Order: sequence, then C-alpha cells, then structure tokens
Amino acid sequence: MQPLRPDRPTAIWPILGWVAFLLLPWNGDDPGFFAFAWIGQYGTVAGAPALIQGVALGRPWLLLLALPLLLAMPAAIGASSRRRGGSWLVAAGSLGLALLLVLALSIDLRGWTWQLPAEWFGPLPRRNAGFGAGAWIYGLAALMMVCCGLAARGACGGDTTVTCGLGLVVAVISLFVFYPLVRLGLSAVQTPRGVFAPELLWQRLIDPRIWSWRGIVPTTILLGLASAASSTLLAFAFALVTERSTLPMRRVLRTLSILPIITPPFVVGLAVILLMGRNGAVNRLLEWAFAIEPSRWIYGFQGVWFAQTLSFTPIAYLVLVGVVQGINPALEEAAQTLKASRARVFATITLPLALPGIANAFLIGFIESLADFGNPLLLGGDTEVLATSIYFAIVGARQDRGVAAVLGMILLAAMLTVFLIQRSMLANKAFVTIAGKGQTGIAAPLPGFVRVAAAGIALPWAALTIVIYAMILFGGFVENWGLNHAVTLRHYAGAFGLEWGPAGLRLKGQAWDSLLTTLRLALIAAPLTALIGLVTAYLLERQRFAGRRTFEVGTLIAGAVPGTVLGIAYILAFNNPPLELVQTGAIVVLSFIVRNMGPGVRAGSAGLAQIDRSLEEASITLRAGTMATLRLIVVPLMRPAIIAGLVYGFVTAMTTVSAVIFLVSPGIMLSTVYIVNLAEAGTYGMAIAYASVLIVLMLSVILGIEALVGERQIGRRDASVVAQGAA
Amino acid sequence: MSASAAPAVEFRAVTKRYGAVVAVDSVSFTIDKGAMVTLLGPSGCGKTTTLRLIAGLEIASEGTILIDGTDVTQRPPTARDVSMVFQSYALFPHMSVLRNVAYGLVAGGQARSQADRAVREALDMIGLAGLEDRLPSELSGGQQQRVAVARAIVLHPAVLLFDEPLSNLDARLRRRVRDEIRDLQQRLGLTAVYVTHDQTEALAVSDRIIVMDQARIAQQGSPRDLYREPASRFIAGFVGEANVVDANLLRRDEVGAVVSLGDIELRLPHRGLTQGPVQIAIRPEAIHIDAGQPATPVLPGRIVRALFLGDHMEYTIETAAGALFVVDHDVDRPRASGTDVHISFRLSGLAVLPRL
Repeated sequence: MQPLRPDRPTAIWPILGWVAFLLLPWNGDDPGFFAFAWIGQYGTVAGAPALIQGVALGRPWLLLLALPLLLAMPAAIGASSRRRGGSWLVAAGSLGLALLLVLALSIDLRGWTWQLPAEWFGPLPRRNAGFGAGAWIYGLAALMMVCCGLAARGACGGDTTVTCGLGLVVAVISLFVFYPLVRLGLSAVQTPRGVFAPELLWQRLIDPRIWSWRGIVPTTILLGLASAASSTLLAFAFALVTERSTLPMRRVLRTLSILPIITPPFVVGLAVILLMGRNGAVNRLLEWAFAIEPSRWIYGFQGVWFAQTLSFTPIAYLVLVGVVQGINPALEEAAQTLKASRARVFATITLPLALPGIANAFLIGFIESLADFGNPLLLGGDTEVLATSIYFAIVGARQDRGVAAVLGMILLAAMLTVFLIQRSMLANKAFVTIAGKGQTGIAAPLPGFVRVAAAGIALPWAALTIVIYAMILFGGFVENWGLNHAVTLRHYAGAFGLEWGPAGLRLKGQAWDSLLTTLRLALIAAPLTALIGLVTAYLLERQRFAGRRTFEVGTLIAGAVPGTVLGIAYILAFNNPPLELVQTGAIVVLSFIVRNMGPGVRAGSAGLAQIDRSLEEASITLRAGTMATLRLIVVPLMRPAIIAGLVYGFVTAMTTVSAVIFLVSPGIMLSTVYIVNLAEAGTYGMAIAYASVLIVLMLSVILGIEALVGERQIGRRDASVVAQGAA
Repeated sequence: MSASAAPAVEFRAVTKRYGAVVAVDSVSFTIDKGAMVTLLGPSGCGKTTTLRLIAGLEIASEGTILIDGTDVTQRPPTARDVSMVFQSYALFPHMSVLRNVAYGLVAGGQARSQADRAVREALDMIGLAGLEDRLPSELSGGQQQRVAVARAIVLHPAVLLFDEPLSNLDARLRRRVRDEIRDLQQRLGLTAVYVTHDQTEALAVSDRIIVMDQARIAQQGSPRDLYREPASRFIAGFVGEANVVDANLLRRDEVGAVVSLGDIELRLPHRGLTQGPVQIAIRPEAIHIDAGQPATPVLPGRIVRALFLGDHMEYTIETAAGALFVVDHDVDRPRASGTDVHISFRLSGLAVLPRL
C-alpha cells in the first residue's frame, strides 16, 4: 500500500514571520528595499528590524509582534492535532493581522494618532516612515497562517492550496482595489486638508462644469457614443469585407487588427497631430492648394473622436469578425431556398443574427472611450472628458483632490454600469449560432449595395490606418514635421544614443532611463499578473467555497476600474505612512497587476475550460495534492494560455498610460508617460521616434514568442480580453 | 492495515446534498474485501455521486464512510486508499504511458527507478509492454482504457473504482474489455466498485449489484437474486426485461401462494405478500408458445407482432392478462402475426410483486 500523506499545517509561514520580525527592516526607506541601503542603517530606525527597534530604539510596542509567532510555533512544528493546530494558527495569524492594523491606525506621518500611546511611550518624531519589507512580509506570513489554519480546520475541503490562494487574491483585491476606492470615496467628502465635510460632496457634484451642456459628463457620453458608433460601423464593414467578400486585400486588413494590441492608444493621437495638426500634412496641402490659413481645427471633440475611431475600430473588428463567422451559413441557405432575395436574406437573417454582436462591439467601444486618457489629453484642446478632468484636478492649477475624487466616482459608476450591461448581454450569448457541430454550407453572397458600401467604407479607412502607422514608423526620421522635411537620425540619437566612454558602453540617450525602467517593471509585473489571473480563474472555475459569488463580483469590479480612477485612488491611499508606496516601483507594478486582472482572469478561465476536469480529479485520486496537480497537470496543459497571458501582461504594462501617469516620479519614469510629456512639450519628433521603437519592440516580443512557442495564440486572442486592456 | 475483518467499504446513512437537491439520500451498504460490486441505475440516480463519495471527490453532507474500517468521511482523496478509472480515462495527454502509470507512485513519494519497475510489471500484466513511451493520443481506445486501469491498479489500492469504464468503447470491444477487467480483478483479488447504467454489463461482472433509483438504494443482492426475485416493478424492468401484469393473490400458505392471472391460476412463492391485488413480473424467455405441456395451465392468446432477430424471435402476444412480450429461441418455426396460440410459463421466471 502507498503511504498516505495528509498535509500538515506548514511551518514555513511562522518561520517567514520570524525572518520578517528578526531580520528585515521594519520601516520603508526612500531608496527602496532592493537598493539595500538599509543594511548600512541597521542600527537606526531607518534600517532596523522590529526586534532591534523594540529593544534598543525605544519602540517597545513592536515587541508585541513576536507574540503571534510564539503562539503559532507549537502548531507549526506539529505538536498538536491537525484540527487543534489549525485553531491555534488561525488565532495567531488573526492576532498578528490585528496588531498590524492597530499599528497602522495608530501612527501616521505626524506621529501618534491618539492620546493614550503618546502618554505611555512618549512622542514620536515629526516624520515617520511607512511599513517596510519587514512589515509587509510579516503581514503576508500572518495572513497565510490564518489560511493554513482554516484549511487544517477543514475549510475548502481541508485544501491548503485553495485557502492560501483565496486568501492571497482576496487580500490583493481588498488592499489594492477596494481600499483605494474607499479612500477615493472618503476624499469626496473631505476638504483638501482632510477635514470631514459632507456638504462639499453636494457642492462638488452639482458643479455646472460637470453637468451643463458641453460640460464634462455630457461631452464624455457624447464622445463615447460617437466613437463607439463610428468604430462599430467601420468594423462591421471591415468584417463583411474580410469574411464575406472575395477582395484580395483581406489578409492585409486582418493584420491591421493586431496593431492596437501593441500600440499605446495615445500614439494614434500623436500621429493624428502630425497628419492634421497646425503644421500637419493636411493643413499644408490645404494652404498650398486653396490658400487656407493653417489652424488648430483638429484639437477638440472632433479630433479626439477621430483618433478614438482609429484606435478602437480594430478592437471592434476582432469582436465582429467572430460574430460574422458565427452566423451559420445553413440559416442563410435555408432562407435562400425559401425564395428570399440576397437583399432580403441580408436584412432578415444576416443582420438580425449579427445585431447582438454589433451591440456588444458598440458597448466595448463605449467602455474604451470612457477609459481612454491619452487621446483626449493630446487632442482634447479645451474639451475635457472625465478621464482627463480627473488628471487636471490633480495636476492642474485648480488642484482639488475632492473634485478629482467625485469625478473619479462618476467615471467608475459609468464604467461599471456599461460593463454590467455588456456582461448581462454576453451571459445570454444570444448571438452565438454555432452549436459545436461542424457547419456546412456556403455563406450567402452580400447584396450588391451592401458590398459596395462595405468596401467603400472599409478600404479608404484601411488606407488611412496604414498612413497613420507609416507616420508613426517614419515620422521619427524627419527633422521637423511640416517645417523641415529633411531626413535625420537626430531624434533617435537623442533618445537612444550610445557612446563608448572610458567605462565602456554608456547609454547617452535621454529615453534609456524610462525604457529600461518600464522594461524592468513590466517584466516583474507580467508573471505576477499571469499568476494572480490563473489562481483567480482556478478558484472561480474549479473550486466551491462559501462566498464564491461575492468573490466573483469582487474580481469583476476589480477588473473594471478605469486606469485614471485607479491612479488617483492610489495617490490618495498610498501617499502617506503606514502604506507609503507612491514614488516606488512597487506601486507601478501593483497598478499593472490590478489593471490586467480582468483580462487575466478571463484568459485563465478560457484556458481552464479547455481542460477536462476529470484530469485533475484523476491526479488527486492518484495521491497528488492540489499543489502537485496544478504543477504537474494544469500548468503544463495551460502552457499556451499562460504564455499568451505573460505576453499580454507584458505588452499592456508597456503600453498603458492612464493609471501610471499619476504614479510616476522622477526616479520611476515610464516610457508612455515620457512620450506623452514629450508630445505635450511639442517635441513631436522624439516622441514619435520613441513610440515607434516601443511598437517595434512589442512586435518583436510577440513574434519572437510566437516563433519560440510555435503557436499562433497571441494574435487570435478573444476580443473581449483585448478590449479591457487598452487605455 | 486495520482490522482485517472490516469490510472494504462501509456507508452508514450517507447523504449528499447540492443546495436543495439531494443526490444521495441516506444510503447504507457494505462492500466485502475481494468482491466486485456494481452500482447500477438510470442516469441521475446517484450512482456516480456515490462512487465519487468513496473516492473523496465529493464530501458527504451527512453520514459516515469507512474504508478498511477507518473513518474517512472528511478526508480528501489524497488521504484515501482508493484509485479510480474514469469514464473519459483522464489520461494526462502531455505524459507518456510510463509517466501516466507511474504518476501515483511518484506523487506518493516513491523513487522514479523503483516506480518505473512497478509500472513495467503492471504494463506487462495488462498486455501493454512495449508501449511505455507512447503518448495517450498515439494509442487506440482499448489501449487507453487499459492504461487507465494499469494506472489505478499499480497503486494496489484497498478499493478500485470504475466509473462507466466501457462507455467510450465500441460494442464489440466492450465485451472483451469487460471480461478482462473481471479476470484481472479476480486474479489480483481486488476489491472493486463499478458504476454502470448497462444491466448486462452489471450482470456479467458483478459479485453483487446495488441498484439505485432516485438517490436511494432500490435493491441489492447477487445478479441471480436480483434477476429472479426483483423487489419492485422498477427492479424487474431495469435488471433484465419483464412483462409486469396485474394479478390477484387468492390464498397463501407457508411455502407459496395461488395467484390468478387472466383465467388461469399459478402457484408461485408468496415472497411475503398477502391476499389481494398484486403484480407479476414475467421474463420474456419464461413464456413458452404451444409447448403442449399438459401439467401447467395454458393461456390463450394471439400474436400481434412477430420480429426475426437472427438468433431469436420476438413476439407480442395479446392475452386476457394483457399484451406480453415474448422471446423465443426457436427460429426454425417462426409464427406469423395473427396466429392464435396457447402460452404456458416457466414458473422460475415469474415473481410476484406488490401492486403500487
């Protein structure tokens, strides 16, 4: 007989807790943990672990933190029964978390927040550091102790992997989505100095700047409707041309659909400026031909609309291509045999069957437009939408966090509403006519006028898209757009120049810093993003536990928070001790992870749906625990989905701008923000040069991975995944 | 091993609920060591849930489950001494036959070399030697099925579970693999629990059959007992085929009862029933046509349908007791539809049932 190995509460978490308590710096310092400056300051508050601070540096309250770890020891070494040990671990872990919470609430930047400890322990210095590596890891250890303990007590079928995974995801969502959103909500009812003033909420909410005709909200909604309508119409024409016509350009059109995945959305706006801005080619042409004075007519509502239509049409196309393919030709054949003309077949069969898909594409376009930040920032002129107005309320002359918070909540509410409408529509899956069986039959040819109209709309627009991308790729080689069209490498040299110096190769160009920082943070974020997406998907798809429904709703909301809202919420939540993360790389990585959580979970669920559940059950009845089953069966079988998730996480981290524009600092500058700054300063040449490098880099990453994996996963990703990640 | 006298599996009033739905309703049974027991029933009767409760893939809502005398009710599958052959086989598609079969041994902590030796022995025994390095996708359906069995038996589990293991095989292969499984089980003295909805399969492989219906046990016993003494109309119809007709129990004594069927009276075991309306289950092959045995009473009837099926004839005969379905192995003297006949009964193929 095989030996049976019931899993015991593990000792690793209490040990990690001890490491955090005894060895790691309790407080955060400005250079960051990985700068290891804290080693040199081990004897001071800046670098000392909790133990030394408690014994020698006059902070005896920190010694209390050893108590939960002592409590956990008997259980961890297996001195008591599994169930009893579990109870001890739960108690110890909860106590540890409670102590951390009390600490967090008791000390802020300016010292004690309440009287009693100040009397007991004396005053604190005027500047207090936030939690450092020691505190964060202590918290993680305490949380995991609770999870292991709950599993030992029989929660989730006694499965430690499940309770720990659940605990981790819940902690991430609570701390890095819902806590910041709560802080955002609180800011809306506080004065800029943090005094509670509920009447301010009303004042801020009824501001005519927000609601009047031409105000922020009507403009945002109008822009969303306009962009969604135009991109859906164009995309439907594209889909009809590529799927239902015999035009030879179909492959080219399909290739265009991959471009938005690798293009930071605002780069399209940048190209539009080069093409139609005051010194753009179009204005020059008009001046030369008709002597029309060049003007800034592109800036404003119409310019943003134009750029958004360019950006979102490929996304809507990915949705609609699936819809058009999904229409069973047998239905159209049936209509034809019932004596319907081509026009009648199109009007009574094809179009009605595609309608729910068209509605879905429209809503996705609307969501994209709501969340888009880069295009309105570059092209908006005096026109403000919600996303940009939040930004200007934080960085502008009228800086008011309360106003930003109110605007953020309006945007969040709008986003969630549309998101819920879209989800409930998708849940009905009304537009799927594929029944899992092979489809036979030949799709009905389009009626003549539809064919002409579709081609007439799609082809010029495709040409325009190609011109725009050509602009992006070659614009960086031109001296000064509109004024001096001499070919030059000046912009590339300025951005990415290299120099051989006495110390070897030196990165002289001014863009290197931000590019390398972005690469580094994106490479850290990608595996974490994929991991948390996979774990969440696994919990949702394969596990039954109390509160599963709540958990699902939580992850959905987390996946729907627009970048700008997340950015402002992070500033409000993580700017001060004890959770002081602003100006670190960690907060940028966290924003990447949270922003990609929705697509990550959806990709993970889709991957899991491909794996027969009995494979995991077989593994478990063969004595492999959940962890081993994940490692040996699930992960290898999901490899393509995981790789696609990694690439997607990496690419979106490299191209996002909306959240991180709030989170960058002189030390942590990111490519996208740097490009936006260049463009705002009018340095279009270098901005476009940098953007083209970014696009080529993304493209080579995708193509390289495709070649390496040998599977064409990335381009064919399901469109709703793509749709949530942009902006 | 704990007390060797303990049954291999014991269910004590086990219930499994999903929300308001009761999938298994207060089920109790024992399975002896070395026996092959079938859980038989229509789809949705709770047989697969019962199997998964033994495996630990579902955790019971109420009741106690013992394996080898040990209470395992709350234990996860990894801590139960059982292994399972899945309906889909659930072979890991990215692993060779060798790695598939060795999976449980390695997961249980055995060294690879040692595990590989045990795997080769198991593959030898099951007739798959030489296929160690193939992937599951490179095997035929029958071979895949045998790999799944090898993967389960290599662990020498206290209980081996089969979840409809033949349903993905074509009809011809099904009988051969069925007999192989039975041979293997008897040769190795394994305790096995076998789920199926196919009564022929159940009759062929089982020492004992537990018939389930609507989340409860309808009847359990040896294949012969179930066939000859069905406890209810459901069992009579589900295990083998049966004509169930209304009858009257006229009088009874210690041994038997006199039952009136149409115009005739039959003497049958009373099976605990008392005077009054009853039903009789009549096996189709227990009806003789024009047998001319003067000792037994005969019932007149008319053939209303006659079908030739190669090795036997199927008739539908209209009688005073109702329409009867008859299987007759005399194919040399087929009777045409419309013929008037006299039928008599082989009494061992009849059983009285309570009328519901």
